[in-house]
Amino acid sequence: MTIDVPTSHRSLPQLQPVSFIGADGQPTDVPTDGLRIPSDRTLLGLYQKMVQVRRFEAQVTHLTRQGRLATYPSAAGQEAIEVGATTALAPGDWLFPTYRDSASLLTRGVPVTEILSAFRGDWHCGFDPNEYHTSPAATPLATQTLHATGYAMAAKLKGEDACTLTFLGDGASSEGDTHEAFNFASVWQTPTVFVLANNQYAISTPLREQSNATMLADRAAGYGMPGLRVDGNDIAAVFAAVTAALERARNGEGPTLIECLTYRMESHTNSDDPTKYRDAEEVEHWKQFDPIDRLEKHLRTAGVLDDASAAEITASAEELATSVRDAMNTDAEVDPSELFAYVYANPRANLATQQEKLEAELATAAQS
Amino acid sequence: MTVTAATTAEDVPTPVSVTMTKALNQALRDSLSEDENVLVFGEDVGRLGGVFRVTEGLRKEFGPERVWDSPLAESGIVGTAIGMAMAGMRPVVEMQFDAYAYPAFEQIVSHVAKMRNRTKGKVSLPLTIRIPYAGDIGGVEHHSDSSEAYWCSTPGLTVVTPSNPADAYSLLRESIASEDPVIFMEPKSRYWMKDELSLPVQTAPMDRAQVVRVGSDVTLLAYGPTVRTALAAAEEGAEHGLSIEVIDLRSLSPFDDETVSASVRKTSRAAIIHEAAQFGGYGAEVAARVTEANFTHLSAPILRITGFDVPYPSPKLEEYFLPTAERILDALESWDWEL
Repeated sequence: MTIDVPTSHRSLPQLQPVSFIGADGQPTDVPTDGLRIPSDRTLLGLYQKMVQVRRFEAQVTHLTRQGRLATYPSAAGQEAIEVGATTALAPGDWLFPTYRDSASLLTRGVPVTEILSAFRGDWHCGFDPNEYHTSPAATPLATQTLHATGYAMAAKLKGEDACTLTFLGDGASSEGDTHEAFNFASVWQTPTVFVLANNQYAISTPLREQSNATMLADRAAGYGMPGLRVDGNDIAAVFAAVTAALERARNGEGPTLIECLTYRMESHTNSDDPTKYRDAEEVEHWKQFDPIDRLEKHLRTAGVLDDASAAEITASAEELATSVRDAMNTDAEVDPSELFAYVYANPRANLATQQEKLEAELATAAQS
Repeated sequence: MTVTAATTAEDVPTPVSVTMTKALNQALRDSLSEDENVLVFGEDVGRLGGVFRVTEGLRKEFGPERVWDSPLAESGIVGTAIGMAMAGMRPVVEMQFDAYAYPAFEQIVSHVAKMRNRTKGKVSLPLTIRIPYAGDIGGVEHHSDSSEAYWCSTPGLTVVTPSNPADAYSLLRESIASEDPVIFMEPKSRYWMKDELSLPVQTAPMDRAQVVRVGSDVTLLAYGPTVRTALAAAEEGAEHGLSIEVIDLRSLSPFDDETVSASVRKTSRAAIIHEAAQFGGYGAEVAARVTEANFTHLSAPILRITGFDVPYPSPKLEEYFLPTAERILDALESWDWEL
């Protein structure tokens, strides 16, 4: 006699990451896991956004080195994930980003000065989450995965159409909150897409010291959720996978985990020293998988991009860079009194007393 | 807050015996009835009605889409409640026991407490985190912690604790209706305490302390489980000619300076009583701020009568750990009463 157990379909993701456009810009023969390549028209739009995002990351990193920002975690090299996943969202969906996802905020339409508010040293997230349907970027790792799950649960309970998408990294995949979010989302069948940008490093710790799993996407199976792995530097694959996952979510079929294989081309932040934990050859090796170069080759071959239109796209990215420089060349205006304004909805006497003291100090300082 | 007050004589229900558990249960029921955005979830709160039966019958009455059992993970419970609150819901979640709230510490401190501030007031989190706390129930280890100091030292949180059934009802209704997130601490040892009352009841506003016994010689500051202990000490003190005033703080954060200072200026002596350990505890803040505001009115240093600075003990030892009426009166004797 054996113990009765429920039997249900269970499958592990295919080992080879789904990839439509190879590093050489040519079509691959990798099994597509049921996904369809986006149209060249869609890909051209994604290309334009990636060029913008890369210029943005380079400009902000440069300004950070000049001391204009307190710190900046760049997503250079991960543009396909940032742009591909974010673009797949409907306007009514909610995005739950992390500190490395400024590019997704840019893609979502958040103005530059608002994106960079916290990195410039201000005390708030900079933008109105309700206006952009985007949560403030989470710094405590993996915590946002639960917010995305909860938001999606509320949408489901209210019978609303909204899905949620959250980014996390290979480092965050070790956090307990990640596991709790995968489990809650799957048990509750929430319309949530987990986009795991596996960029090989958590600051300095390499993936092999982070996880002994064959691949991080395998974890989905343990939670009864579909998981798949895509080439995170092929935006066609990222966009197709996220679009399909959102469609499933919208149809009431629950959450999906998408592991996107990529590489963090920059240091963790400007205060990091990657020479201590990885060699230049490794970074060089990954350059050949660049997401923008390969898409450019593909689009040129397809005849939807030529020198003139490429130059226009570059020029528009330069305009963005100029606007970033202009915005960051003035010091952020900060009002110390605002420290007290938003802590509580219900006013507090002890905060009012402290605010009065601070304002008196400021008045004295202004007089001397 | 919209607690409906009875207006006519025939509307006034006859007072009945109500436990704190029943009062909390009714507060949840009334909140669920009045606002469709109120949700109740947590570990075993659905079918079982919670390990203390505070949520008994609610799943049956409101359905599993309003009241349900979540997976067993406290960070997950609070983290998903945050997302729901962002979507306009008013989640009321239960941490099964005090010490089991610790896995949710990061979500509470880094997000629940800060979301409103970091979004410049654009995103409030109107969620209520119910935490059964404190000891005196013969609980095994990790079942009797008093965690209030952790929450009170976190800006952005509101922390309240009832000491009696009427406040349990009124404070929970007001917490659920609050735009600010509330840590609602329920004294386990008082769950079965009964009072004659008719629900709904609206007691003092949730940010105010209450003088629950008037006296002229000493002010005892207590909250949650220690209010009853302080009242017992006052009763016993009266037999020895000591007139003790007892204040039920009710709201630990914010602290009602006005009510406390008025009492201390009258009596010139005060002691704070709690179960939690003394060092770095809530009593230290109370002693400091009450002294700062009333130093010249005080005849003696403010005393702290608390649990020892040791882990909460086993059931066989908790009687030696907990503040008692005798220990309170002994402590008061340590003052120089000639001053």
